Amino acid sequence: MDILRFATAGSVDDGKSTLIGRLLYDTKTVFQDQMDSVERTSRDRGEEHVNLALLTDGLRAEREQGITIDVAYRYFSTPRRKFIIADTPGHVQYTRNMVTGASTADLALVLVDARKGIVEQSRRHAFLATLLQVPHIVLCVNKMDLVDYSEEVFDEIHAEFVSFAAKLRVPDLTVLPVSALHGDNVVTRSAKMPWFDGPSLLHHLETVHVASDRNLIDVRFPVQYVIRPQSDDWHDYRGYAGQIAGGVLRRGDEVMALPSGFTSRIKSIETADGELEEAFAPMSVTVRLEDQIDISRGDMLCRPTNRPVVAQDVDAMICWMDESAPLQVGRKYAIKHTTRSARTIIRDLSYRLDVNTLHRDEDAQELRLNEIGRVKLRTTAPLMCDEYSRNRTTGGFVLIDEGTHRTVAAGMIGEAS
Amino acid sequence: MNPPPPVANDYQLSQLDALEAESIFIFREVVAELEKPVLLFSGGKDSIVMLRLAEKAFWPARIPFPVMHVDTGHNFPEVLEFRDRRVRELKVQLIVASVQEAIDNGSVVEPPDGTRNRIQTPVLLDALAKHRFTAVFGGARRDEDKARAKERIFSFRDEFGQWDPKNQRPELWNAYNGQIHVGESIRVFPLSNWTELDIWSYIAREEIALPALYFAHDREVVERDGMLFGANEFFRPRDGEATSVQRVRYRTVGDASLTAAVPSDADTVEKVIEEVATTRITERGATRGDDKFSEAAMEDRKREGYF
Repeated sequence: MDILRFATAGSVDDGKSTLIGRLLYDTKTVFQDQMDSVERTSRDRGEEHVNLALLTDGLRAEREQGITIDVAYRYFSTPRRKFIIADTPGHVQYTRNMVTGASTADLALVLVDARKGIVEQSRRHAFLATLLQVPHIVLCVNKMDLVDYSEEVFDEIHAEFVSFAAKLRVPDLTVLPVSALHGDNVVTRSAKMPWFDGPSLLHHLETVHVASDRNLIDVRFPVQYVIRPQSDDWHDYRGYAGQIAGGVLRRGDEVMALPSGFTSRIKSIETADGELEEAFAPMSVTVRLEDQIDISRGDMLCRPTNRPVVAQDVDAMICWMDESAPLQVGRKYAIKHTTRSARTIIRDLSYRLDVNTLHRDEDAQELRLNEIGRVKLRTTAPLMCDEYSRNRTTGGFVLIDEGTHRTVAAGMIGEAS
Repeated sequence: MNPPPPVANDYQLSQLDALEAESIFIFREVVAELEKPVLLFSGGKDSIVMLRLAEKAFWPARIPFPVMHVDTGHNFPEVLEFRDRRVRELKVQLIVASVQEAIDNGSVVEPPDGTRNRIQTPVLLDALAKHRFTAVFGGARRDEDKARAKERIFSFRDEFGQWDPKNQRPELWNAYNGQIHVGESIRVFPLSNWTELDIWSYIAREEIALPALYFAHDREVVERDGMLFGANEFFRPRDGEATSVQRVRYRTVGDASLTAAVPSDADTVEKVIEEVATTRITERGATRGDDKFSEAAMEDRKREGYF
């Protein structure tokens, strides 16, 4: 059994929390004591239906305001898969949390209200999902019960979204009509929409093929930690521990250490459970080399014939996440890229992107909270990077304010030079 | 340890292997980036799994940090015995932060009802400050509670150990931000993405030993608030409450005055897995008197510095 990670997005009141509540409830993931508590609260509030959204809104402030503020992670399993849901907020002021949830997602679930159709938020969320290179997108047209399960309404929204998505890089799009409130087409196919011959949402989630989304071609092993026991039994042991970010490592392979450029061969691939002939992303292993070369945390092992770009000048899309200060050209930040930490200066803001219209404002001087733009960075130490579209681990980074230590931006590398 | 896991030729990791790989990455990241980590170890199943993961992350070197137990003084003796044995086997240093000592020296006041869960927090915070720990591994899982579902894997805490749920650091990919000022700390939750069933499946796969309390046994119990509490020196029946001997097991092994047992015949790991897979009650709902006080009990305690 494998894991599918998906992020949900949708504007306020599109029924996102209800949909997740429905998925959890209909897959029997909700426990009796949780249900009792939700029923009690719904009754106390005088609500007509049991409010499934209460299952997921976990913070006091969220329950008070009836909105989702921060990403929550939920879990459920079916006999076919384990699911990790990043339940992300729809409000504009929490865009950074949507980006957070989408960063690790295999699939993004964008909700729209069938009565309202595609709205600004739907476009933003679809755009953010594609910016974060989420490989699969599902558009759920929710509240079909409120439009009499109309095929015409669904077709119209479907067509409008497809024409919008044509402007984005959407590798795999699925559009589904559902009613989260009544459970139509969420876990089981709905008899009320005989005109729809696609799968239920759960069936799609269970069967969408994600294994090939990982990059198993480019060998990338960021060295995370050097293991040196210095005990009598393991006196000369020196192993490079890390999580494989791409490709397949095999014993005997020739590897190159970057940024130094020294080459050696893999003597062994080890885990506490024994040696492996080969290991692949995203396994955590320890690699030992035949030669004593100087390698430390932040370095990267790759194949000599297939290397990442080693660069101090990087072009990247940035999502600004800090409310206390905007991104400023000329300012310095700490950067964390794979296991490497360095400092960086923002040399240029090429443009700010309007995520609603996709218009590029080339005169922009700064990026404020939740704004997205293209920047040129120069770093104090070389980064070993790939384009984000090729590898999310070696193509993604965060910026950290050196004074406050807050994570202020997420970055996705374009072409490095 | 176990024979090496077979590598599937479709390069697909199983659910448990994927979770293990992620947790090991988290352990290594903390040790590489933060100066003084410590692991909270209670002798419960989650912290026992944490120790196994830590052992794997640094093998063949020893676990490069001490473990700490916040001892409420109301522990099941079997759990303390297990704790001490495991620590000896792994050759790690054990620090005990004692709630009883804190009560005795007046730094905390025992609540009138004798429950000590809430006063664990100041004792924990004092111990962290005294030893100047900058990173604290905890075995909390996001599936345990709605407030925990909101927490980051690297959870920033201010100089008072407080969690601010509305102002968390964004956490993207696996690029964790462990930067702090003096006095601040990071709580780290390597088991965030594990569920109770994952924990038990892993215990079965790795053949991890657990305190016997986790398996069905006959015990003298008292029914209170719909839960079965083991009668022991920390939990006495009140007037009018009858005790009876029932076949029970513990789903969690926290403070013995607050943690209830569940009726169960599951006396092997396999039977426990079956039970956990079909139960209709959450782990905390079935066993913790302390979380029932309010909808936001966990959130409130976490804001104060609890896990």
